[in-house]
Amino acid sequence: MLLSPALAFSAVLFTLGVLGVLMRRNAIVIFMCVELMLNAVNLTFVALAQSLGMGGQVFVFFVMAVAAAEAAVGLAIILAVYRHKQSVSLQNMNLLKDG
Amino acid sequence: MTLTVFWFFGVIGMGSALLCITRKNPIASALWLVVTLFALAALFVLLDAQFIAVLQVLVYAGAIMVLFLFVIMLLNLGRPGPSDIKGPLGLGVAVLLGAALLFLLQPLTQTTLPSAITLPPGSVVALQQQQGIVSSVANPLFGAYLIPFEIASVLLLAAIVGAVVLAKRKL
Repeated sequence: MLLSPALAFSAVLFTLGVLGVLMRRNAIVIFMCVELMLNAVNLTFVALAQSLGMGGQVFVFFVMAVAAAEAAVGLAIILAVYRHKQSVSLQNMNLLKDG
Repeated sequence: MTLTVFWFFGVIGMGSALLCITRKNPIASALWLVVTLFALAALFVLLDAQFIAVLQVLVYAGAIMVLFLFVIMLLNLGRPGPSDIKGPLGLGVAVLLGAALLFLLQPLTQTTLPSAITLPPGSVVALQQQQGIVSSVANPLFGAYLIPFEIASVLLLAAIVGAVVLAKRKL
């Protein structure tokens, strides 16, 4: 059974995704790290589907649909921000910051 | 044997994910993420989810990553510039939080499923041989999960309209 190795690997992959979100400033790279986290969760679903039934694989299907929608809207927002600020660095997005 | 193959692709996936989050150039990051997605597709095959593996390559590596690369190209972000990785303090906090998260997720590796809810071993493979690999996913999708499936189509339509409205200069 590959359940334990798959869950261990998905934990590591999820942590790498979180680490990427925390340590980068480029909005597009942060977005890619979010995709990495979604994929780690997909791996968990598929691993558990092996012993709990096909529902897990169906759910991965839905996660992929949501990820595609999220990527399209998110990248459109990044494009709109870039047009406004000429930058995708989160350092320059401080409109709500005091001072 | 299967475990060896699993860890072979697992190490490829982990290494490329690490490279993805540490490369300065966003294009390099995106391409390493594609490698991770391919490694994950291989793991899906090992976990008896061949249809999901094909979808992973088609939808993630094929469509979503092309969208990312397209936006990077459109914004001309591939040129060399200062690194966007945070300084020592931010990096230290990030690594600390990552280590804490890994510690919290570590009990996952000792997961045991109660026998009352698990299917007998090999029953997923038997179902796939009986119904076909695609049908075994499609039957629940168009049966028990029909309403979520229809809602997903509405979600995708809303995303398309939203993306066009957001990205257009003047409506």
